Amino acid sequence: MSNDGQPAQDPLIDETQAEQRRSAAARLFDIRRVIGELFVAYGVIVTLIGVFDSRAEIDKAQGVRINLWAGLTMLAFGLLMLLWQWLRPAEPPAPNEREPGS
Amino acid sequence: MDGGGLRLNMNGLDYLILALYFVTVLGVGFAARRAIRTSVDFFLSGRSLPAWVTGLAFVSANLGALEIIGMAANGAQYGVMTVHYYWIGAVPAMVFLGIVMMPFYYGSKVRSVPEYLRLRFNRPTHLLNALSFAVAQVLIAGVNLYALALVMQALLGWPLWTAIGVGAAIVLAYITIGGLSGAIYNEVLQFFVILAGLIPVTVIGLVKVGGVSGLMDAVRDSKLGEAGLHAWQDTGSTANPLGAQWIGIVFGLGFVLSFGYWTTNFAEVQRALSAKNMSAARRTPIIAAYPKLFIPLVTVIPGLVALVTVKGLGAESGDLQYNNAIPLLMRDLLPNGVLGVAVTGLLASFMAGMAANVSGFNTVFTYDIWQAYLRPGRSDDYYLRIGRWATVAAVVIGIGTAFIAAGFSNIMNYIQALFSLFNAPLFATFIIGMFWKRMSALAGFWSLLLGTLASLATYLLYKGGVIDFNSDLEESFWGAGIAFVTVAIVAVILTPLTAPKRDEELRGLVYGMGGVDLKGDVLAGDAVWYRSPVLLGLVAVALAALFYIPVF
Repeated sequence: MSNDGQPAQDPLIDETQAEQRRSAAARLFDIRRVIGELFVAYGVIVTLIGVFDSRAEIDKAQGVRINLWAGLTMLAFGLLMLLWQWLRPAEPPAPNEREPGS
Repeated sequence: MDGGGLRLNMNGLDYLILALYFVTVLGVGFAARRAIRTSVDFFLSGRSLPAWVTGLAFVSANLGALEIIGMAANGAQYGVMTVHYYWIGAVPAMVFLGIVMMPFYYGSKVRSVPEYLRLRFNRPTHLLNALSFAVAQVLIAGVNLYALALVMQALLGWPLWTAIGVGAAIVLAYITIGGLSGAIYNEVLQFFVILAGLIPVTVIGLVKVGGVSGLMDAVRDSKLGEAGLHAWQDTGSTANPLGAQWIGIVFGLGFVLSFGYWTTNFAEVQRALSAKNMSAARRTPIIAAYPKLFIPLVTVIPGLVALVTVKGLGAESGDLQYNNAIPLLMRDLLPNGVLGVAVTGLLASFMAGMAANVSGFNTVFTYDIWQAYLRPGRSDDYYLRIGRWATVAAVVIGIGTAFIAAGFSNIMNYIQALFSLFNAPLFATFIIGMFWKRMSALAGFWSLLLGTLASLATYLLYKGGVIDFNSDLEESFWGAGIAFVTVAIVAVILTPLTAPKRDEELRGLVYGMGGVDLKGDVLAGDAVWYRSPVLLGLVAVALAALFYIPVF
């Protein structure tokens, strides 16, 4: 595959491409935070359920304290997502795309 | 067991987990709204997303509940042979899409898969594909919605129409408001929630049967027997659970069917087109291939556990159908808490599937039908508005289809089978057009049309009893193969008789014509060796091959 020049032109595509200068896509938030927060919430709820699980519930799950284990795992996963976002924040958008007040 | 069939014993905390999910999904839709100003923002997320997001959305768009429930059912019915649908029937095609085809899709800046056909061939080819895709997506969205409602009715006791209404309203809200970003972000979230729901079922299921070795012993004593533990043994004949020979598995499933589905289905490819640069677009389906390698662990294993622990599984109708393998395990094994997460995961997967159909539809309808043929030359804002209305229309038609499905569920199975017939001829037309620059526009149109008719005719003759195959699966292998050959023959006969396209019209669309720039938009960090699409792709294919060794 050579990289000489541009692909074929098409008026419909070109119109849409030209409009992309106004794109607001740089204002998109980071999904890692939402995933992290939802899983932290799930982790806390399910871990607490697990702490207070009765014998019957543990027996139903074949003797595994599944709520406790699943809850702690989800909590850890949620925290890892938040940590990842904190350590490697999304790259800032190019200056010409940046919005006032964003 | 409380005698209430599949009815789960959900308590308030389980419902809290479900409600939190619904609120989050809607919140993601609203939060994505501020990032939408142009039509590309709405339909393609402004081509701004990182590869890991588009990659997980790519795999999630395929993880509809029909897929999860269906593959667990196949696991119970056919045993380990079900892994063929993942390791040979998905991974190679996903890698091929990323390495070979994505440079043409992403590099030519087309806004949809049908649009590629408009540039490469002509408007009739484009219209044929755009219309068949649009119709298929809204009908399949309805099938997904109906399946969602059936599960909510069986598991939670919700009336069918309440369940259809709630499911449709949530998907409608987050796509109309948040556009493709809303859909993709929710798909990434859904991916993790689906796994969080399926892993506990798998783990406790394995504990119950005494681990992997206990499961293997139990499967040997089941109706599947030793054959249920092997993927390739006995594929020299059709005397295996799947009833398929190795040649049918390799060429039918592994080549024609899977390449047709993964490489030309816009509901999938759209996720890659929303990536932020060429490297991210190429890595999208390849990153998706890695979770795909491991998903059989949480579908096939629960299927096998259900086979050996649920007495009487495999009934023709009622609660003990194979399709209920995962819901039955959830009922029997999960205590409140993880039960709520598992139900949420199941509902998440239905929404992921339907959202993929709806977001694929609104883009093709707006760009490929409305802008190209009905109302060209309007402002970008106008098409953005049309896209929102197209979303509403898709969901409303989907609800209508769900109503029809409720009355005639068999007809819906046929509709879905019919649309799967379109994939093989479409892939053949694409692949020949991408690599043979001489193939003419007229040949493109007639190849696609006659190939589709050939595949349709094979299907109808089989259903009508005129020609005979061992199984539906064998019919689909042969139908796809016949369609592929028809496309190739029509292209070879018609091309010399018709005018070629000019070379400059084919730049960036056809192999060897130039105009494809793999590195021009590369970002700092994308050049490192472990982000090379070719390397990542080859490792995925090698892993798929290695995974077969213990279950040969």
